[in-house]
Amino acid sequence: MALHDLLAKRKDDIVKKWFELVLETYPEDSRDFFRRQKNRFANPMGYNIKEGIAGLFEAIVEHDCDHEKTAPYLDQIIRIRAVQEFSPSEALSFVMDFKKLLRNEISTESDAGLAVELDKLEEDLDKLALQAFDIYMGCRERIFELRVNELRNLMFGALERANLVSFPGEEKEVKENKI
Amino acid sequence: MADVPKPEELAKIDHTPPETPWMETPAVLKDGMWCYGAHPKNLEIVDMPNPREWSPRDEDWKLPDNWKEIVLDGMKDRLGKFRSFKLFMDICVRCGACADKCHYFIGSGDPKNMPVLRAELLRSVYRKNFTLGGKLFKKLAGGRDLTMDVFKEWWYYLFQCSECRRCSVFCPYGIDTAEITIIGRELINLLGCNIDWIQAPVANCYRTGNHLGIQPHAYVSMIEFFCDEIEDVTGVRVNPTFNRKGAEILFITPSGDVFADPGTYTAMGYLILFHYLESMGLDITWSTYASEGGNFGFFTSHEMAKRLNAKMYAEAERLGVKWILGGECGHMWRVVHQYMDTFNGPPDFLEEPVSPITGTKFEHAKSTKMVHICEFTADLIRHNKLKLDPSRNDNLVVTFHDSCNPARAMGFLEEPRYIIKNVCNNFYEMPSNTIREETFCCGSGAGLNAGENLELRMRGGFPRANAVKHVHEKHGVNMLACICAIDRAALPTLMEYWVPEVEVTGVHELVGNALILDGEKKRTTDLRGEPLPGMEDIEDEDL
Repeated sequence: MALHDLLAKRKDDIVKKWFELVLETYPEDSRDFFRRQKNRFANPMGYNIKEGIAGLFEAIVEHDCDHEKTAPYLDQIIRIRAVQEFSPSEALSFVMDFKKLLRNEISTESDAGLAVELDKLEEDLDKLALQAFDIYMGCRERIFELRVNELRNLMFGALERANLVSFPGEEKEVKENKI
Repeated sequence: MADVPKPEELAKIDHTPPETPWMETPAVLKDGMWCYGAHPKNLEIVDMPNPREWSPRDEDWKLPDNWKEIVLDGMKDRLGKFRSFKLFMDICVRCGACADKCHYFIGSGDPKNMPVLRAELLRSVYRKNFTLGGKLFKKLAGGRDLTMDVFKEWWYYLFQCSECRRCSVFCPYGIDTAEITIIGRELINLLGCNIDWIQAPVANCYRTGNHLGIQPHAYVSMIEFFCDEIEDVTGVRVNPTFNRKGAEILFITPSGDVFADPGTYTAMGYLILFHYLESMGLDITWSTYASEGGNFGFFTSHEMAKRLNAKMYAEAERLGVKWILGGECGHMWRVVHQYMDTFNGPPDFLEEPVSPITGTKFEHAKSTKMVHICEFTADLIRHNKLKLDPSRNDNLVVTFHDSCNPARAMGFLEEPRYIIKNVCNNFYEMPSNTIREETFCCGSGAGLNAGENLELRMRGGFPRANAVKHVHEKHGVNMLACICAIDRAALPTLMEYWVPEVEVTGVHELVGNALILDGEKKRTTDLRGEPLPGMEDIEDEDL
């Protein structure tokens, strides 16, 4: 429980550092806006990423990385990064970055018990990374599906409305044109 | 297996972007962000330069040898012709007020999507070639040469601007970044480098009168299909007329309302309204030639916009109508409101529009002779001319997305809301900094609603979707209303990615649902065939 207490105590600081690590994946000229603008509608990306990170942190610290609990927070972040200019590894790097951050945080602590607890916590993070991969793929597959659907709806819908196609049991008369 | 990196090599990846200054960071074309290049046949038909097979992905864009001269001459010509362009090149003090207002920047974090920097892509070339300071001090004065990399960068980022003008609302000097993009795209078009998603509609519109290339007989078939659907839902047969000479009013709407869901339901709404008003004296006709309200020429060049726009007045004159009623569209209304009168007007053969039902004179349209259908319908409601049953939309919890052009180019904010509040019982606004003049773009405007650039559209539409998600979670909103055909084409996909519980509608679809027609049967479904709440039993009894 020593690690839990330690992290819970430093929550605000760690969430802030984690958020900064995510921001570092964006160009320097842009980071200040995502950091500074607090209005959630003017800065939806900064807001959602920060909220997602805070939720994940809470779940990790509480050892409550149940898939259903973490999915909305991961989705909040990954859905955005899945349509930005990141490779899959870049888009999901933020989960791994948290490991690095944690190790740095406790590197100055002398309590040997922390290392054992950290191992356990890293297991949770590994599961989280795998879940993140599933969510990322879900987002990408959604994009491909939407791309196909748009085209299909446009073409088939237009043909149907122009009375140029018929389906079994729905044969239509070809109407006389009235121009 | 030699090329497969080892785990330790993978672990060394640095995710931090390069920290080079923007001028020294050439644009890298990423898939999902750019649209296919214009097909030569679509350039040839409208006599545009440099038709050839090409792909933006290729190293060689097959430009003429003197391409640089063509672009710089084109820039010089436009600096002389458009004082606004010259002014916008000179007066920006780079205060940054616009920087974080662009939906593409907010959704991507790419600094070159900051309106100030996107404009700077052109300004830097302007400074180097057309200002003394730039000629003498070059980079020190913010100037740079026009190179192939710079031209490709223009192309990449000018097709990442939807000309929505949100940034210009915040500019203390009133710089209209959309106008910079418009001129930039004109320069790109001098070399035949339009995107096909714009050029194909331009070519089609030129040939057949609408973006998809629907020919007159197919256009009629499509609308008759709607008449069948309306009859199924209401039991009333509506009988629109086409190309009818001597009608009082010509109706022109974006063709998206005819060929793409959910715009098609909006078209059914128009048809129901016109049928309702027929016995009250409405004398209106559709045209199979002026069968497009939209104008993708506006995303190509001023000349092309003028050329395509001319068909509206030409058809109005041919049919001998008194005035034109226009459907729910976005950029169509910017063109009508701000350009048409000087492009092709004044149309002295038309009359100042007067509602045949209420007698209201639409004085603001005295010059263009063209009235927005929301103005027309709002006026009807204001004068109690419509029998409405808003409970027929009770299955919907509605919010309204101000389409960029009607909101910011026309100040058209109240009429659609007034109509919605009269035909629906459940309406909630999105947060104030995401609507009205500050509305966020759908992310697909100005010809960018292609399929190949879907990632760009999803991130560009994210600020809009984020606000919709908020009212969905807070008020249970399940329907996003809008008055733009590109919105109706693009927002459903945006919603499916970000807020799948919310669908998209035009305002006149809601009118069509609520309007009580003489002789209609008990309605058990809305225009989409969705069961109406409380009416399911009646449907069962019928079965």
